[in-house]
Amino acid sequence: MDVLNALVALSNFVIIPAAAYGAQLALGALGVTLIYGILRFSNFAHGDTMAFGTALVILVTWGLQALGISLGPLPVALLALPIGIALCSVFVLGTDRAVYRFYRRKRSEPIILVMASVGVMFIMNGLTRLVIGVDEIRFDDGARFLVTVQQFKAWTGLTEGLALRVSQVLTLVITALACWALFRFLNRSRAGKAMRAYSDNEDLALLSGIDPERIVRLTWIIATALAVTAGTLYGLDKSFKAFNYFQILLPIFAASIVGGLGNPLGAVAGGFIVAFSEVAVTYPWKKVAGYLGIQSDGLLQLLSTEYKFAVSFVILIVVLLFRPTGLFRGKSV
Amino acid sequence: MSNTRQADATSRWRALIVFAAIVVLFLLEGTTRNALFSGSWNTALAILNMGLISAVMALGVNMQWGYAGLFNAGVVGFLALGALGPVLVSTAPVQGAWAAGGPRVILALVVGFGTLVLAAQVWKRAGRGWRIPALIATLVVGFVAYRWLFDPAVMAIEANNSASAGNIGGFGLPVLLSWPVGALLAAGAAWGVGKVALGLRSDYLAIATLGIGEIIVAVMRNEEWLARGVKNMSGIPRPVPYELDLQNDPGFVAKAAAWGLDAATASGIWVKLLYAGLFGVVLLVLILLAELALKSPWGRMMRAIRDNETAASAMGKNVTGRHLQIFIIGSAVIGLAGAMMVTLDGLVSPGGFNPLRYTFLIWVMVIVGGSGNNWGAVLGAILVWFLWIKAEVWGPALMHLITAPLPEGGLRSQLLGGAPHMRFIAMGLVLLLVLRFAPRGLVPEK
Repeated sequence: MDVLNALVALSNFVIIPAAAYGAQLALGALGVTLIYGILRFSNFAHGDTMAFGTALVILVTWGLQALGISLGPLPVALLALPIGIALCSVFVLGTDRAVYRFYRRKRSEPIILVMASVGVMFIMNGLTRLVIGVDEIRFDDGARFLVTVQQFKAWTGLTEGLALRVSQVLTLVITALACWALFRFLNRSRAGKAMRAYSDNEDLALLSGIDPERIVRLTWIIATALAVTAGTLYGLDKSFKAFNYFQILLPIFAASIVGGLGNPLGAVAGGFIVAFSEVAVTYPWKKVAGYLGIQSDGLLQLLSTEYKFAVSFVILIVVLLFRPTGLFRGKSV
Repeated sequence: MSNTRQADATSRWRALIVFAAIVVLFLLEGTTRNALFSGSWNTALAILNMGLISAVMALGVNMQWGYAGLFNAGVVGFLALGALGPVLVSTAPVQGAWAAGGPRVILALVVGFGTLVLAAQVWKRAGRGWRIPALIATLVVGFVAYRWLFDPAVMAIEANNSASAGNIGGFGLPVLLSWPVGALLAAGAAWGVGKVALGLRSDYLAIATLGIGEIIVAVMRNEEWLARGVKNMSGIPRPVPYELDLQNDPGFVAKAAAWGLDAATASGIWVKLLYAGLFGVVLLVLILLAELALKSPWGRMMRAIRDNETAASAMGKNVTGRHLQIFIIGSAVIGLAGAMMVTLDGLVSPGGFNPLRYTFLIWVMVIVGGSGNNWGAVLGAILVWFLWIKAEVWGPALMHLITAPLPEGGLRSQLLGGAPHMRFIAMGLVLLLVLRFAPRGLVPEK
């Protein structure tokens, strides 16, 4: 029985990675849920918005690196992030003007908007492939670790090590800041209140003199900013590969549905629920169990990592079956 | 009245014009050799064969979308399940695989499925307070039993001659028999998803099918005992003769010579023509059945439900039930197409099951062709498939033209390198333009 080592192993392999991944999913799910709340459709292009935005950030990062700019221990990508967000927002606003506005004015069925978002997804996917290719790209520079395994072992004298990567800490800090800013904006500012009013009841909001086009533009910009931030953090944490961003769409949808589509608080909670379940189910528990005095021949892994998407799917199905409006009562089904 | 007649007349012309355009494109591909076309009948027929299979997939998607307005974002998964049909039915049996763990795997799968059924029953029958603990207990016990049965059996099967087999093997039955099996597998999965996700908001079905699609592809990639996973399963038997046998047959060589062709080219063309005939027959039978169904009272009911669910359910139609029915039928057709596809390739390679290519491209085919119209979906599928294949050649050619004034160097080579990806952009644009300016497609529904 060695509780301390078990706890360290648990933090190193489950809690810290899941928290970082959960934060990235939460940022992505916030974007999906905001678009759902205001524009009332599930945006299939969200994953590729993340990929496209991250590709832009990488290009700007390379440009800055070529100029010899460095942020010391922090990755240069942080400096490139606002520029990437601005560029990607311009593109997304362009898609709204060229594609979605027409269907919004016509008050088309949501499924038509979903279909249109598939078209946008194709275009953004192609653009991403065109500007940056399909290969895996690592673009993190600066320090890799805040705490390395050796340092931790030397400090504590435990047999089990713990590594804390800069990208993981950055992810958590930036996500906390982004959520704080977003909730403050939604609850306090005039524009944020207008957005919530529009989400609750479109017609009443129109009657009170809220300009719908302004609300929609604002929503796209915020959702894009969140998506590009999420994509960049995900890329810093793991690596950039365009196809992974399409695959992350499913956990993001699961997170926003678990929390209740259209409910920002729910999206954040949903992101962490999905991430923790995914990591917990695919982690081989043999080591932790060993420290707790349970010896096992098997890996004690419930599902192999290749099936991590099955976890999102099961969570999605359970929520759809038992509580279709999500844990935090989002929009009705 | 005259209006409707007018609409009928134009739409009939439109189908003919699209058909003629496709015929011209294929003739050009087969006969002219220049920057745009290959001038090889072998290439033209290869595109046509995959186009016919795409047309079957498009028919399936059109049933779900065109008849019922259901968005299936997991086409690739149902296709992959269909591909499993030929593997399990028609490949040669693997020596010793069944003895290694066949019955145990079957038992494990039965236990796994039984657990789900039992869990559903527990949820229905158990009293209020006991529901959740009983459900969790059932699932945990079932899962442990399943893994206890499943893992050793799979290890044993995969260890059996793992270099060249390592899978459970098939029954060695004729490959045509496996097509309906592929359809049945896809239908089974569709039943499961449909049971859960139908009857909720329309987006939810899209998201749930997106999920099941990714999971089925993950299963195909990782479960090596089933179809060798990413090691690829080759050697799926053919319903038509092999090129090599034809080339060694003096009678065939003489006939080819009479046509002025060498044996290699002629055998390729003959095999592809046989495939085209086979796929064409399947496609025509499916269209016939689909058209008959659409013109029957059942078809009128489906369209009534699609156009106004509230009114239809007020008339006493079971909307969710009908949706489930059409979702299963459509998925079965997609599964059939999957079985046909691996029969054509002679190979299952799960690494290639890409949702953009096998889900969303099929969607572009249906929307472009004309959702709700079977002929439209079929013609759209063949046309879009042709353009998709040729765009891989045309994209770089166009890029060369555009970048010609640029100096040699980084940007130019980057753009040229990325040019084959331009077809994604092109397909997205086509989808958006058709959706916006001709939402009923090239061949609209009557």
